[in-house]
Amino acid sequence: MATPVVAVRDLRRIYPLAGEAVVALAGVDLDIEPGEFVAVMGPSGSGKSTFMHIVGFLDRPTSGTYRFEGRDVTELGEDELAGIRSRRLGFVFQAYNLLPRTTAVENVELPMLYAGVGEAERRRAALAALDEVGLSKQAFQRPNQLSGGQQQRVAIARSLVNDPSLILADEPTGALDSRSSEDVMALFERLNRERGITIMLVTHEPDVAAHAQRIVTFRDGKILSDAPRAREAVTQ
Amino acid sequence: MKIPAPKLPSTLRIALGALARNRARSLLTMLGVVIGVAAVIVTVAIGAGARTSVASQINGLGSNMLIVLPGSLNLGGTRTGTGGASTLSIADGLGIAQLPHVAAVSPTVTVRTQVVAGNNNWQTTITGVAPSYTYIRNWPLAAGTFLSQRDVDTSAKVAVLGQTVANNLFPDGSNPVGQTILIRNVPFVVTGTLGPKGQSSVGQDQDDTILVPFSSALERLTGQTTLASMLVSADDPSNIAQVQSETTSLLELRHHIATGAPDDFSIRNLQDIANAASATASVMQVLLAGVAAVSLLVGGIGIMNIMLVSVTERTREIGLRVAVGARRKAILWQFLVEAVVLATLGGAAGVVFGGVGSVAVATLAKWPATVPPSAVVLAVAFSALVGVFFGYYPAAKASRLDPIVALRFE
Repeated sequence: MATPVVAVRDLRRIYPLAGEAVVALAGVDLDIEPGEFVAVMGPSGSGKSTFMHIVGFLDRPTSGTYRFEGRDVTELGEDELAGIRSRRLGFVFQAYNLLPRTTAVENVELPMLYAGVGEAERRRAALAALDEVGLSKQAFQRPNQLSGGQQQRVAIARSLVNDPSLILADEPTGALDSRSSEDVMALFERLNRERGITIMLVTHEPDVAAHAQRIVTFRDGKILSDAPRAREAVTQ
Repeated sequence: MKIPAPKLPSTLRIALGALARNRARSLLTMLGVVIGVAAVIVTVAIGAGARTSVASQINGLGSNMLIVLPGSLNLGGTRTGTGGASTLSIADGLGIAQLPHVAAVSPTVTVRTQVVAGNNNWQTTITGVAPSYTYIRNWPLAAGTFLSQRDVDTSAKVAVLGQTVANNLFPDGSNPVGQTILIRNVPFVVTGTLGPKGQSSVGQDQDDTILVPFSSALERLTGQTTLASMLVSADDPSNIAQVQSETTSLLELRHHIATGAPDDFSIRNLQDIANAASATASVMQVLLAGVAAVSLLVGGIGIMNIMLVSVTERTREIGLRVAVGARRKAILWQFLVEAVVLATLGGAAGVVFGGVGSVAVATLAKWPATVPPSAVVLAVAFSALVGVFFGYYPAAKASRLDPIVALRFE
């Protein structure tokens, strides 16, 4: 069996808040294999967002181990983590987080800027990524000229432009209407199926999670359930 | 795995892009530095103009000139004051001319008298001089030729007119060169006229004079051998002091003055006046530097203020850049470069406005304002430095943001 993209063991995260400590993660064990499409669910405060931040190196666990593609990353320095982020990870956010007054193609180029990719190659790869999400015609438009669904597709193009092994999506459909949501989820499914990109998606909407192959549910900082997709069961 | 930071051109482009996105604000932020640098350039230009005009006035008195004056004469207890003694001789002048670093020597003999040309007459000062006089006084001719050594040797009856005298003796504007004038009833032929010299530093009209060979003045006009003064010109400003001390030694020797006894002559040095003027100029310069520092400080604080606002406003952008792989240092660089670009563009614009302002001052106030190139380079370099200094704190603040908090920032 291949090395898991993400392998965490007894992962804990405790925030020292005034007076008492808040336990966001209370011992999580999870493996995500290459090519999986995992949905992480759970109510607010269940620890799913903290988990995603740790997986994306934006936060550090208080204790426990995290191996990314077989490499223990808990002891790595910030610059090394930034390096891995720019080459192996893609982020998609609920609020798109596109730079305003900047064209779609320039937004998509952003991660390559920090990966040290040359100018001509940046432009070529960014246009290819936009083509992949079906936005070639909108490449030189600015975010305020695009619909919400289109903006999120630009953000997805940005997340996959560096050919990452893992895309982390944080409530990617949270700001979209149901039709755009379907489009975005169909895009994720296609990227997972055709390009074999591993996707971890955080959501609290069951019908969004139903697009994944595997659904992991968090509650009170622990994994409550970890099961393969059962579309029928969720949509009842 | 070593990831190179984004190269400077792309960092620069990001910075320019960010500044262009907020054009109005960027321009207003720059304004502080623009005004500061423009003010500095204008004041420096006025200061430099003042210095050149003072320098040219001092130079106009004569090139590296020393004035040797005869000393006081004690006549039975009555002292005549400086210039009263007839202690300076032509032979003294010839001796001084032999000293090293002496470029030229000219005696002066003065007599005040009435001069007649045709139906016009005018009272003026006749000055008997050597041919080197125009060189020593830095005084070009307007027309004709100056006195020659041959004129001196033959005590020739030739004269060169100052502008004021020429205008008063020949009011119809006819050419004085070649005409004959009467000085104390002695006919002199005018060989040339002097260019305008204007007022002396004490308000005396320097053009109200007639120059004749000193030999002619002594033999034909005064009938004495008393010299009014001896003008000595050193070959270089740095040699003036040496020429002065050697002239002193020579004259003490020639006049048999014992060591320690008072000299029967005195030497005036224009360098003292020049030094006083340049000391004033350097005080001005220090004051201007103070003005420059204060105005750029204010401009710099303006930049820091706006950069802090900008960092807060673009918190999400910073969070996103970190999330897609920007290192802390790359964020720091981005905001630092933005501040430096703002400050440098402001400085460059300030130089342009300052240059325009200097030209305006020069034309409107008729003041010789010149912008020294060194001031331009210094102003732009200093504004870049201001950008670095005041941009660092906001940039460091941006680079220390927690990406999770930054991404959620509303």
